[in-house]
Amino acid sequence: MAEDAQVVITTEGLTRSFGDNVAVDRLTISIRAGEVFGFLGHNGAGKTTTVRMLNGVIAPTGGSARIFGLDPQTDGARIRARTGVLTETPALDNRLTARATLEYFSDVYGVPRALRRQRVAELLERFELTKRANDKVGGFSKGMRQRLAIARTLVNDPDIIFLDEPTSGLDPVATREVHRLIERLSHRGRTVFLCTHNLAEAERLCDRVAVMARGQVLATGTTRELAAELNRGHRITVEIDTGATERALALFAALPQVSSAEIVGDRAAARNGGTLLLLHGVARPDVPPVIAAAATAGLNVYRVEPVDSSLEDVYFALQGQ
Amino acid sequence: MNWRAIWAIASKDVSVALRTRAVVLPLLIVPLVLMVGIPSLVGLISGMANQMAAAESQMADLTRAMPPEFASRYAGLNDVQAGLVYFLVYLFAPMYLVLPLMASAVVAADSFAGEKERKTLEALVYTPTTDRELLLAKVLGALIPGAMVGLGGFVVYTIVANLVALNVVGMLILPNTLWLLLAFFVGPAAAAFGLGVTVIASSRVNSFQEAYQIGSLVVLPIVLLVVGQAMGAFLLSNWLVLLLGIVLWAADAVVFFIASASFRRTALMARI
Repeated sequence: MAEDAQVVITTEGLTRSFGDNVAVDRLTISIRAGEVFGFLGHNGAGKTTTVRMLNGVIAPTGGSARIFGLDPQTDGARIRARTGVLTETPALDNRLTARATLEYFSDVYGVPRALRRQRVAELLERFELTKRANDKVGGFSKGMRQRLAIARTLVNDPDIIFLDEPTSGLDPVATREVHRLIERLSHRGRTVFLCTHNLAEAERLCDRVAVMARGQVLATGTTRELAAELNRGHRITVEIDTGATERALALFAALPQVSSAEIVGDRAAARNGGTLLLLHGVARPDVPPVIAAAATAGLNVYRVEPVDSSLEDVYFALQGQ
Repeated sequence: MNWRAIWAIASKDVSVALRTRAVVLPLLIVPLVLMVGIPSLVGLISGMANQMAAAESQMADLTRAMPPEFASRYAGLNDVQAGLVYFLVYLFAPMYLVLPLMASAVVAADSFAGEKERKTLEALVYTPTTDRELLLAKVLGALIPGAMVGLGGFVVYTIVANLVALNVVGMLILPNTLWLLLAFFVGPAAAAFGLGVTVIASSRVNSFQEAYQIGSLVVLPIVLLVVGQAMGAFLLSNWLVLLLGIVLWAADAVVFFIASASFRRTALMARI
């Protein structure tokens, strides 16, 4: 991602309250064209309300937003012409066929008539719905409905795609297909705003993420940046003999280079009669003296590995859990 | 105005509403009962009474309040025949308004509250239509079937009433100015009124049934018209029907002003 890429979404103190409940609290973010931006948070964190405000379908009670440089409150229709939104519960009209659904939204979005037939056929093909194109949506499985809803989101070939839990209810094959789609969209320069609980999905797909809780952004950055922020000191795992576990814990806890030590389950170590210990707060230069101290104390060290924080570690640490 | 989007939404609403049993049943049953069943039954009874020359004194009471032009146009009819013509042409006239009013209300309930209930409205508000375009599309989608049912009902009623009249009276009685005014001026106003009230109701409720029930309450003034006329409080003349149409169109303007204020996507989405 080029640093000077065009910024397509900016918010400054964006806030929305419903009575006493502050759904989104002073949200300030900036998203560049072509970026896959993860918006992470529990239910009720404010993700859906944010998507609605950015598309001008609900009004903020404070702050401001700009999409393509336009104000969603006054230029909502122009913004929505260039966005596609997959809602969290993407309801479809059960009385329409898959083809009629896409043709209907093509007309509403103003897809040129000459392109409509081709675009609809392409979307049906891409989402493996061609064989059921003339069947009513009421008879579709949950996965098929979700695929059709995503196809509907892309009917106007949008520049920004808001996806609210896009893989919810999908089987692993369909989930992988959606992940590939998001990657393809990103490669084509489309911006993806991905609201998800699925941290592995976000870690795999997102260039940057914002972690939300109770309407507030707790942190924004790449997964690596957030992990680095979380692990100011590094973590390492050390495999020692199981019989020496208590002695090793006491030794490592007493070392000034180690902030704490704990046992972590590891099948490979257990099969070899060993135990894996996780040492916190060990910066890279401190690794050799820590291992030397263990050797001096007569501990057999079989394996030493650095531990990177996953997005899941970061997420739960930020959420205070 | 994005007319392509407006027409797409309106035509889709009409098309799917006509595939929905809860919408189609009232659109079929009510016109059949009102426009075919009741006039046929009245014709049958009048035919029997005419043959037996019975109940003339009651018929005489009924026809006493007829307008002067009635006596000249239908001179020579006996009391039973005059009573039948009075019923089919005048007494039943307000009931006709139930048709466009009910039809537009039921389609509007499906189009607005039904779409909220099915959660399909959310996808629509994310489209590049403006609030005004969305409202206009939804209004057209309900008004067109309402007006069509009204006009269709008028044609059917004209045929049935004439068949009945031919059998009992030996002459054609419709259409006349009063019914043409009803069908082409007051009927569309009634359709718009039922629609407007249902749009307002739909913004406050979340199900098709609730919206339809509230929208159906607008039938009550029509019942008052029927009862008032039957009790001799007034008689629908051409001028009175014209006035009724003007009042209804004025009421429509007020109702649609309120409806357009209540139909803002920001307000709708805050409730979803």
